[in-house]
Amino acid sequence: MSEAALQQAVSASKENEFLSFVLGEEHYALDITTVKEIRGYEQVTKIANAPSFIKGVINLRGDIVPIVDLRIKFNVGEATYNDFTIVIMLNVHERIVGIVVDGVSDVIRLSEEEMLPPPEFGVAFDSKYLHGLADVDEHMVILVNIESLITSNELGLVETKTQAVEG
Amino acid sequence: MTIDINQFHGVFFDESDEHLQDMEQLLMTLDVDAPDPEELNSIFRAAHSIKGGSGIFGFDALMNLTHVMENLLDKARNQEMLITAETVDIFLQTLDVLKDTLTAYKEKTEVPQEQIDASIKVLEETLANVSGETAVINNDEQNDSNELSTESDQIEGFGFFDDEEPATETQGEDFPPAIEGFGLFDDETQNETPQENITDTALNSEERPAASAQSKSESSEQVSTKDEGFGFYEPEALPIKPTAVQSATKAPKQPIVKPVKPKAVAKEAASIRVDTTKIDAMVNLVGELVITQSMLSNVGQEVEGQVGERLQLAIDELQRNTREIQESVMSMRMLPVNMTFNRFPRVVRDLSSKLGKKVDLVIQGGNTEIDKSLIEKLVDPLTHLVRNSIDHGIESPEKRLESGKSQNGTVILSAEQKGSSIIIGIIDDGAGLNKERILEKATQNGLPVTPDMPDSEIWQLIFQAGFSTAAEVTDVSGRGVGMDVVRRNIESIGGRIEIESSQGEGSAFYIHLPLTLAIVDGMCVSVGEQIFVIPLLNVIESFQPTTSQVKTMGNDKVLWIREQYWPLVSLTQMMQVDGGITEPTKGIVVLLESSKKRYGVLVDSLVGQQQVVIKSLEQHYKKVAGIAGATIMGDGKVAMILDADSVAANCTNIPNEEVSL
Repeated sequence: MSEAALQQAVSASKENEFLSFVLGEEHYALDITTVKEIRGYEQVTKIANAPSFIKGVINLRGDIVPIVDLRIKFNVGEATYNDFTIVIMLNVHERIVGIVVDGVSDVIRLSEEEMLPPPEFGVAFDSKYLHGLADVDEHMVILVNIESLITSNELGLVETKTQAVEG
Repeated sequence: MTIDINQFHGVFFDESDEHLQDMEQLLMTLDVDAPDPEELNSIFRAAHSIKGGSGIFGFDALMNLTHVMENLLDKARNQEMLITAETVDIFLQTLDVLKDTLTAYKEKTEVPQEQIDASIKVLEETLANVSGETAVINNDEQNDSNELSTESDQIEGFGFFDDEEPATETQGEDFPPAIEGFGLFDDETQNETPQENITDTALNSEERPAASAQSKSESSEQVSTKDEGFGFYEPEALPIKPTAVQSATKAPKQPIVKPVKPKAVAKEAASIRVDTTKIDAMVNLVGELVITQSMLSNVGQEVEGQVGERLQLAIDELQRNTREIQESVMSMRMLPVNMTFNRFPRVVRDLSSKLGKKVDLVIQGGNTEIDKSLIEKLVDPLTHLVRNSIDHGIESPEKRLESGKSQNGTVILSAEQKGSSIIIGIIDDGAGLNKERILEKATQNGLPVTPDMPDSEIWQLIFQAGFSTAAEVTDVSGRGVGMDVVRRNIESIGGRIEIESSQGEGSAFYIHLPLTLAIVDGMCVSVGEQIFVIPLLNVIESFQPTTSQVKTMGNDKVLWIREQYWPLVSLTQMMQVDGGITEPTKGIVVLLESSKKRYGVLVDSLVGQQQVVIKSLEQHYKKVAGIAGATIMGDGKVAMILDADSVAANCTNIPNEEVSL
């Protein structure tokens, strides 16, 4: 699915549900349909020659799943790991990936009108990985297009981008 | 509501594949002299099923071809047409076209319309001949066809009268040479007799010599131009009495073990088609269950008193149950190796007639079970080895007679389970490997060889790339791009290959395979806080090196042991693990041997040896250099499994030299 088509698919439905989470001081949200489960951070097994934001792999009921720390990747907040550190397990194109966040806050419903176009600059994420912005309870929430981010070459989680899209 | 019919395509393709396989098998074992009506029925039913399915899904080309084939088969099973070697050939060729067509539909490519049309034409012509013939019969007498079958039965019985062997078995043996002789018709007179004999007996042709001669010459023209003139031999062959011919052709033959015919009963066993991903998911879950169970038993040991005892009992029970579940789940992935072997009768038949050799194929231990994924990967290397055996191993019939062997060469395909591995053998009674030629070729290729090398080392030379000692290149084999690929294929599925050979007596290739791809015997080693698993297959030995054994070469360290310098790889550096030992004398060195290189790996300590379940890293991540996969240890943690080849390839300080095995 091309990015434009993806955008379209998302905006086509009237109301979308997002899971909001916190990275440092900033509020983010991602499409809730991609979320498999939420769990605490556990010890990972490191992988050689992986970038620093790929913490390693864990055993998710028999699946070997990579864990990515977006705080390191996008320089948001501090990458600390304690009992309250949360991992959101995502299911994107039949691949499971865990992302480390500082906390999960809420499920928010947004209509198309409430979703504002993303700015060209000013957020840690490249705008091509964003659906847009939204104002929720006087917070700015950044809507992350997690599918395109996970399958992007930037994260290097998959061999090539096309391969992941096909999968 | 509309039903998306496409969702059933997969099932149709799977089933049709199976039907085609069944048909091929049945045709190969079909006894032309006295075809079993039940077998003919089975072939007919298979064709009918494919036709039905392809009609529903609108695969018209497939339907049209199976329709004509079905008509012919219908005639055959109703005994309106007599099955001859030629018709079997025509059916087999049709099957090939059907396979191509099915693949074309499956892969959504263009259907081979020309081939289909040609096949339909051949079948229709055969059908036309048969109809003409039966029309004559019907004009003559109403119950002629019944009489015909009883008469031919009598004749056959008569022909085998002198023989002590059971009639069915001997007839079966007569079948292959008749086919083999087919292509050689013009060259060797001895081959034409069995051919004539079968058709003569079958048609009981004294009554209608002209009709049978005509139909035969026509059908054989359709099969191939080589066989023109077939009909002209008829008058010469006729005077020979069937009995005389039978005994003459049978005399030089030795008793041969025929592959056991697959029992129709076995196929009717109840089974359901399950998606392999579902089974894999179950294997995963059961693996988890085993880990949870071991965690539970750890906790259980801490509970004391009466409750503790009761808990322990319950945990023991749970342990037994989980182990049984694990075994039965693993067995779901296992299939009899016959799934691979069953294609070889056809391969051998086609190839031997092409090369003008006489080869009997014997299949042993076809029921041995092996992991499904291995079965698929075995096909290519096995085909190559069997072709090799027939092309290079088995000599021509004349040569065999000269060296005092029976005219027919034998190729044995065998499978057996020994401990936790499966051994597959490809054994021929041909000329054996030629030691001098191999050594000569090795010297030519600049390989370090000496004439006093042990045989086993010499045989391994043929796995080198670009190594073929075949005097001439045929279109079957001899280009020297093969054996190295065979070895690589087998190593890629965790196996190894061994050769035994003796000049003039034959050679044997043994493929040793793990029972399943999913499990590897590994040595667990610790580096820093992490555990790595090294496949036991690659481990030579492990030891703590002394200061005098460690030499420094620039920035790299090498080991002096076994009268050799060994490159040394530090796992903590290579895998970027913190806290691992970097001083060789303080840690343990594991000597490894991969397919290309030998080297030592420095680790902190040895943890133990155990079987681990291989999990894919690529499923959710990607391939990592030096890592074959991951596994889950007893405590639920993930451990990486080393890939000895990949470690060697990724380490620049290992000189790229071939190992003299």
